[in-house]
Amino acid sequence: MKWVLILGGSSAIARACAASLAERGYALYLAGRDQDELARDADDLALRYGIESRYAHFDADDTGRIEGFIDQVVAEVGDLHGLVVAYGYLGEQSVAAQSQQETLSILQRNFVSAVCVLNRVAASLEAQGDGFIVGISSVAGDRGRQSNYTYGAAKGGLSLYLEGLRNRLFASGVRVLTVKPGFVDTAMTYGLPGMFLVASPRSVGEQIVRGLEKGRNVIYVPWFWRYIMLIIRHIPEVIFKRLKL
Amino acid sequence: MSTIQRSLAGWGNYPRQDCALRRPERYAGLRPEGEGSHIARGMGRSYGDAALNEQGTVILTERLQRLRSFDRESGVLRAEAGMTLDDLLRICVPAGWFPAVTPGTRFVSLGGCVAADVHGKNHHRDGSFSTGVRELALIDGEGQQRHCSRDEQAEAFWATVGGMGLTGMIGEVALQLQPIDSAYMHVRHLPSLDLAHTFSLLEDPAHDATYTVAWLDLVARGHRRGRGVVMLGEHAGLDALNSAQAAAPFAAASQRQRPVPFNMPGWLLNPLSIRAFNQLYYFSQGRKQNGFISHYQPFFYPLDGLANWNRLYGSKGFLQYQCVLPTEGALAGVQALLERLQQSGQPSFLGVLKRLGDEGEGMLSFPMPGYTLAMDLPFAGTGLLSLLDELDAIVMHHGGRVYLAKDARLPPDALRRMYPRLGEWQAVRQRLDPRGCFQSSLSRRLKMEEGL
Repeated sequence: MKWVLILGGSSAIARACAASLAERGYALYLAGRDQDELARDADDLALRYGIESRYAHFDADDTGRIEGFIDQVVAEVGDLHGLVVAYGYLGEQSVAAQSQQETLSILQRNFVSAVCVLNRVAASLEAQGDGFIVGISSVAGDRGRQSNYTYGAAKGGLSLYLEGLRNRLFASGVRVLTVKPGFVDTAMTYGLPGMFLVASPRSVGEQIVRGLEKGRNVIYVPWFWRYIMLIIRHIPEVIFKRLKL
Repeated sequence: MSTIQRSLAGWGNYPRQDCALRRPERYAGLRPEGEGSHIARGMGRSYGDAALNEQGTVILTERLQRLRSFDRESGVLRAEAGMTLDDLLRICVPAGWFPAVTPGTRFVSLGGCVAADVHGKNHHRDGSFSTGVRELALIDGEGQQRHCSRDEQAEAFWATVGGMGLTGMIGEVALQLQPIDSAYMHVRHLPSLDLAHTFSLLEDPAHDATYTVAWLDLVARGHRRGRGVVMLGEHAGLDALNSAQAAAPFAAASQRQRPVPFNMPGWLLNPLSIRAFNQLYYFSQGRKQNGFISHYQPFFYPLDGLANWNRLYGSKGFLQYQCVLPTEGALAGVQALLERLQQSGQPSFLGVLKRLGDEGEGMLSFPMPGYTLAMDLPFAGTGLLSLLDELDAIVMHHGGRVYLAKDARLPPDALRRMYPRLGEWQAVRQRLDPRGCFQSSLSRRLKMEEGL
């Protein structure tokens, strides 16, 4: 049985990835903060797709316990085949500009914590010589903008880390997929002004798992964000710094 | 939790009102928050203002649709109330189970089916949706979750079934499903010559089937008034199937859903096109008198193949008028309704007539023993509203009632004549939601919270 660990298990993107993976027969280990939600998700997946599922409490902010948690999961399922890191914290840039605490929360959850997880799981998969890692980064990490540069810096750092990890793990046959979602219709974006062409989580989950199957390195979901970001990345800094983005 | 302000309407696109939308992704988020009133909205398939809350909050249940348990031996399935019937069918049909009762669309939430206590083509034999409901999880006005069934908190159960979402948020629904041998139906069509003939076919035990409904040609006049096609269906056994069907008896339908991309121009459904459609339908469907095998999807959900078919009626929308008349005098009553409709010149695209069986125990449930008539009426201005007031008078004269899930315009005093158990329901509602946390535009229009 091939087990996949999904961290941030009850977020909309995590749920969608879980459904697409379950459809393909993977056993799923969901971890996150809300036990009641995880239990509901785990039961639903097991009943619908006839897979095995488990769940456990996981606090992304408690970095001291991350290695222990990963080791415990690996010991429990015997053979961990994949990892999806799907948690994140958008935060509020205007608050972060004034508050060190908010800034640290954003950096901690989106970057430091995710890196701790990836580090430990990478070691385990590398030894095994097989498996995959999916890291949910963000288009916000492609260029710093005044509206969310703290979040963008954390996600940009995560993208770089995943890039390095992909390079390192290539020889061992472990695939690393960086996912950069644009606007997805989740609780994080619900009610935010300025949303357009919002993608459903279910279609995003399916695109992510297809990207994995095709051996892609970096995917944008929905796909056209690749071109939106291509343009944004190529605006000269002389002009970019004057824009209200 | 963040909300979105949006102009919202029911399936009929009338009325349209500004509401604040909240969409919880966690079960605990179903609890009403803060001041103001709340109403649940599943798929938005009630026609009028039942799932609208002008100046209040509408809680969308679409993200809470998880399967909680499914016993493939006993056919008991429990799910979050945002699950659609479409989703449920995908889960249970391949396992050989089918809902005990299904309405005419599969794009409805289980919570909505309970709140409207919907009925199907088998009501005359099996009763309404509540027949198959074993238990409900209800989050009341104090935010407490109650488990209600026929045995436990029975009053809350019977006030919630048909209670239009006003007793609390329906969080989970447990259903007893019925076993089936295949995903196919054995179907027969019988053309009728006039209304009396349609009635006689519907009540004739020799023709009766588990699922029976009549499509009415609402355009036909004079001695043909009330003619239609009576459609009879039974779940097909393996012996009725051809070899390809029998090899995969629970196969999904091949039918693809095609969308109506935007509101069609108002003139599309005009008296001429409606007449042509009705003629064509009468003769093409009426010919299928010898039994044939059909997948359950086109039999139960003929309109689901066309997504957003409500857009055919244009941006002004339409009203569906559905009433039931007690058996005694029903023929004369339906005759009077059709006559009045035709006199008025108001076009109607779709008419359905069905015999209903025993009244259930839901305090505000619509069905009663008799005949229910449903008509889709394009909204052509206030003339339609006064016509419907006249139809109400005919319905009340015959001791009948109007279906709240379809309603957008009934006056409060008519509700009190049509639903004699309203006072009893109000008393239970008062206990479940003393602060009036759950309200809808429909409940305020009909003054459902106020005394008689």
